[in-house]
Amino acid sequence: MGKITNEELLSKIHSKFGEQVFLTGEPFGLLTLETGREQIIDLLTFLKTDAALQFIFLTDITGIHYPGQEKPVGVIYHVHSLVNNTRIRVKVFMHEGDINIPTATVLWDGANWMERETYDFFGIVFDGHPDLRRILNVDDMTVFPMRKEYPLEDPNRVDKKDFYFGR
Amino acid sequence: MQNHPVYFDNDPQIEQSTLNLGPTHPATHGVFQNVLQMDGERIVSGVSTIGYIHRAFEKIAEHRPFYQITPLTDRLNYCSSPINNMGWHMTVEKLAGIQMPKRVDYLRVIVMELARITDHIVCNAILGVDTGALTGFTYMMQWREHVYEIYEEICGSRLTTNIGRIGGFERNFNTIAFDKIRKFVRDYPKVLKEFESLFNRNRIFVDRTRGVAAVTAETALSYSWTGPILRATGVDYDVRAMEPYSSYEDFDFEIPVGDNGDVYSRFLVRNEEMKQSVRIIEQALKKIENEPSDIFHAEVPEFFLPPKEEVYNNMEALIYHFKIVMGEVPVLPTELYHAVEGANGELGFYMVTDGGRSPYRLHFRRPSFINYQMYAPMSQGMLLSDAIINMSSLNVIAGELDA
Repeated sequence: MGKITNEELLSKIHSKFGEQVFLTGEPFGLLTLETGREQIIDLLTFLKTDAALQFIFLTDITGIHYPGQEKPVGVIYHVHSLVNNTRIRVKVFMHEGDINIPTATVLWDGANWMERETYDFFGIVFDGHPDLRRILNVDDMTVFPMRKEYPLEDPNRVDKKDFYFGR
Repeated sequence: MQNHPVYFDNDPQIEQSTLNLGPTHPATHGVFQNVLQMDGERIVSGVSTIGYIHRAFEKIAEHRPFYQITPLTDRLNYCSSPINNMGWHMTVEKLAGIQMPKRVDYLRVIVMELARITDHIVCNAILGVDTGALTGFTYMMQWREHVYEIYEEICGSRLTTNIGRIGGFERNFNTIAFDKIRKFVRDYPKVLKEFESLFNRNRIFVDRTRGVAAVTAETALSYSWTGPILRATGVDYDVRAMEPYSSYEDFDFEIPVGDNGDVYSRFLVRNEEMKQSVRIIEQALKKIENEPSDIFHAEVPEFFLPPKEEVYNNMEALIYHFKIVMGEVPVLPTELYHAVEGANGELGFYMVTDGGRSPYRLHFRRPSFINYQMYAPMSQGMLLSDAIINMSSLNVIAGELDA
């Protein structure tokens, strides 16, 4: 795929950030790193501005929720280096009740709506975001629906006769 | 932009007014709203509101087996559903490690390129309507209809196609389908030429579009733009070339780019892409002649439904049928990102699995959603009529905005 191997990429990041950034795997050849929210903007800035790496293209920001884990809520960044034709995935996990993370809008304008969407569905607060509002759900919604504790269907609805289906 | 009058601060017409463009307005081609602060005809600032047709696909997908998620992807960009369907099939095939036979890859390429053509027809023809030229639209829509007839032959449906299956196609293409594809490939370039001669050097059209909403490559990349609108700024990023999927590396095609990213460049890029798509389909038709003509799926009984006669008469087929329908086929607990070049840009599927029957988390990287966020900032200082054709040339599809 790319012109830069995952080993080179990893050693470059390790020489800069040491143990603050660690490898979680390479599923399907895509280097996946995990870091803390303190380093995330530094790491993304390094990836974007380093002359050899040039991960200038932010493909996607999204969230994930693993209830039961020590750090249940995560943000996942996909960044793409067009020069090397290499993608990289960076994850940041946070404790429940303290899900604040610095915004990536300082690096990419396109992060704006991606972070709004992530906030809307997971309640992750992006500090410093210029306009952190809900985007797809209604403004007066009080929950963050992509969290695993929210069922697909309203459990309180009474109009469906589940009895006949053994539910 | 032409030499329209600009009102200055000392002008009595400085008072601003608020204009609600949408949620349902003929010029927005979909359900989304822009609240604009207007100074006469000029937009001072705008706020985009989306989410009117949010259908919680990502949440629903967490409760469905993989093959039942295909109909959800139909409803993302409903102008080119087959690309979404194929992208999703390929994501699951990547997860399951399924290698496709070449013929299936080529058949998929044909369907995807037809879908790209229909999407660009809709976008460019409607751009003509928004600039006041209805003729091109009525003429081109007929050719979208011809492609829909091809879809009908292949899968039975037209708009939300649910075309193909994980592991191939549900049935082989019949001769009528091939005849219609050949006829389309033969006749369409002439039509496109006529369409271009209506617009490309049309003084009214060029005056209305040239220099409107010009975007630099840096801005476009910073806003994570992809697809024709990014290529119109001069960046030749195309997933088909950068990370070939479905054997795109076997094809000889060019990636057209524009010069200054304005509405006119986007129009030209889309037209040129349609020509390249026709070229790809022609090559694919030649290539499949060298492949065994009865292959339309991979030999993956865990994912591809057996024929119904076998289910009733063959024990193994019955078992596999049951396993597939009940979603009992185990998959790897892992995560993957797969991208295809949708008609509007990079359509990505980020899936996390836990080994169960449904994805643990599925996220769609929808190009329209990401492309559209620049609309309000870039409309500042623009005339309302220019903003309308700008929206038209971004080809914002409400289904892809809201997921």
